[in-house]
Amino acid sequence: MAGFSIVGGRVIDPASEFDEIADVHIQDDKIAAIGTPPADFTADKALNIDATGYIVCPGLVDLSVRLREPGAEHKGTILSETRAAASGGITSICCPPDTDPVIETPAVAELLQQRAANAGMAKVHPLAALTKGLKGQHLAEMGDLKEAGCVGVSNAMNPIENTEVLRHAMSYAANCDLTLFMQPQEPFLGRKGCAHEGEVSTRLGLAAIPEAAETIAVSRILFLMEITGVRVHFCRLSTAKAVEMVKDAQAEGLPVSADVSTHHLFLTEMDILDYNAQCHVMPPLRTQRDKEALRRGLAAETIHAICSDHQPHEPDAKLSPFAMTDQGISGLDTLLPLTLRLVEENDWDLSKALGMVTYKPADILGLAVGRLAVGSDADICIFDPEAYWRLTEDNIRSLGLNTPFLGWDFKGRVSYTLINGKVVHTSMNH
Amino acid sequence: MNNIQLDDNGRLRHFIGIEGLPRHLLIDILDNAESFISVAKKQVKKAPLLRGKTIANLFFEPSTRTRNTFELAAKRLSADILNVNISMSATTKGETLIDMLRNMEAMQCDMFVIRHGESGASFFMAQHVAPHVSIINAGDGWHEHPTQAMLDMFTIRQYKGADFSALKVAIVGDILHSRVARSQIHALTTLGAAEVRVIAPRTLMPNHVESLGVHVYDRLKKGLEDVDVVIMLRLQKERMQGALLPSQHEYFQYYGLTDAKLEVVKPDAIVMHPGPINRGVEIDSEVADGERSVILQQVSNGIAVRMAVMSMILAPKSTEHKKDKH
Repeated sequence: MAGFSIVGGRVIDPASEFDEIADVHIQDDKIAAIGTPPADFTADKALNIDATGYIVCPGLVDLSVRLREPGAEHKGTILSETRAAASGGITSICCPPDTDPVIETPAVAELLQQRAANAGMAKVHPLAALTKGLKGQHLAEMGDLKEAGCVGVSNAMNPIENTEVLRHAMSYAANCDLTLFMQPQEPFLGRKGCAHEGEVSTRLGLAAIPEAAETIAVSRILFLMEITGVRVHFCRLSTAKAVEMVKDAQAEGLPVSADVSTHHLFLTEMDILDYNAQCHVMPPLRTQRDKEALRRGLAAETIHAICSDHQPHEPDAKLSPFAMTDQGISGLDTLLPLTLRLVEENDWDLSKALGMVTYKPADILGLAVGRLAVGSDADICIFDPEAYWRLTEDNIRSLGLNTPFLGWDFKGRVSYTLINGKVVHTSMNH
Repeated sequence: MNNIQLDDNGRLRHFIGIEGLPRHLLIDILDNAESFISVAKKQVKKAPLLRGKTIANLFFEPSTRTRNTFELAAKRLSADILNVNISMSATTKGETLIDMLRNMEAMQCDMFVIRHGESGASFFMAQHVAPHVSIINAGDGWHEHPTQAMLDMFTIRQYKGADFSALKVAIVGDILHSRVARSQIHALTTLGAAEVRVIAPRTLMPNHVESLGVHVYDRLKKGLEDVDVVIMLRLQKERMQGALLPSQHEYFQYYGLTDAKLEVVKPDAIVMHPGPINRGVEIDSEVADGERSVILQQVSNGIAVRMAVMSMILAPKSTEHKKDKH
């Protein structure tokens, strides 16, 4: 089969620190070469993509995407959300196990992957349930689930109350050589809360979640790591103190990584001052100081990845008084735009920032994606770094329109997304 | 956030919370309430201001006193009043708040008086209500209960005069869960009270409460020193069920208001309570029925204040006209 080339773009591969104007040659779904084509490369020039003025980088890898299928298809489906991901330049996504039914049997894990493969859009990598029904009582069949393609284990947003169970679950995950994805939340503290405990929750009269709900959970897991030896990935850090704790643990040599959601990098408790339910998220939006610490944590590589924490909802889910609304933001459409905005606001190196949404999350998942290596799958994002656009209800690709970033202006827009060498999205008119 | 309460001319359109309202508007409410006190003293206790208007009481939480005073206020203004007991009907059947709102709008109501267990519920309704309908917040979660705060300000003004800048006020009790306290704090700071104190055990004191402009005390006696006004809050019985307090007995011992503890207040200090009172829990009977107590006065003032707010929203011209004549 004839290959083709992506011609004239600025090719950035954060993993190899490659950053040059170059051509990318693709043959048989794989990256055949960057720069000079190999001797046996046969190209159909009609298929070539002119990337002059564009940036060519690995397809993005998103560590947390709720597809809503199976169980809540009125909020999103595998097809709608993997397509939305692809249009946002995201080519691999990891989905937490809190579907309905829970990803606790190989059947559910296989169904998800099969339907995603049929959709032919972003690749889906499920996390397996850590405990049966995510109830924190009995271990799920982690070994079988790993065989069925799960890339890690998680109890999603359900904290495990019983520390003995947690310890055994961590040991067993280590035994299966699975990374444990933990969203740190103390099981009781602020359990009924919906906002960060501080000035704003006091003013609005909302039940609050203190910072300690996160730090206690982080320390509990860190101590148990020492006796179980499991690799832990902390999901959605939200407090400055937790970032410090993770940094110290890394310095001690514990195998611990962390991610942060895009919204925690841009929004604070102040954004709920008008009871804006679009900003009702878990963990809650915290203070300006926390937001800055999360950004610094990324820059210092204490936090490795940025994720969308995509949670699409139907409009009614947000049409109630604040505490009664479903938490979560539809984030697939804004993962790349907000990452590019971080580069602008913090004067970050573009390649380094792209690493936070490509090879670094891929490494956490143990996947060989998120890089432009010769021989790897041609999962590629091509974006115009100078294109200005505004997020509106009309151009959101996800089924979920629930985002506080509506009306924001962004710079940088995806022109093409390729998965396995096939163009699955383009904003260009042909 | 409270701009939703005002129309383009700065007049009251909804009454959701005290926070963010200008001082002159609060004074307008008090002045208007003053004029309605006389209505209650007439043999025919009616003013024709809201004839032909329909007001619906939407109470998602049980309440008799507040609902009754709103009902009386509406009737004295000649409005038609509809009481809807919602906890028993719609939302338990899964009807959303928005559906409920649309249904009530279809009945041509002009105003909804809303009490709801969730903070922000009245604000949410005001955001989604049809343009010709106004909302009065009769208490939303732990957020605000603005008519209660205004009737308290009215009562304070009756006893202490119009100059709030000379007053030290202490609010005592479950500040954390109290919408009344939040509204009172905003009202007192907006009206320029010299000092607003909050007194509570630390389990019932919200984090960062000082950011609302109050002084924080965890000892009753210290907090009561030299105050002109003591406002006691009702302690909900269910606070005893969690781990917030050891017992009613111990709460009364440390935070219950007794004559002995009142020795440190100003000689002419008054004692207030939004009711209903728990005798022997937050307040001793001797104090509740004593000479400093203005608790019953608060109840009757409640009607005049609610008349003032309703008429300022639904008949702004006539209230302005009346003021011009003054």
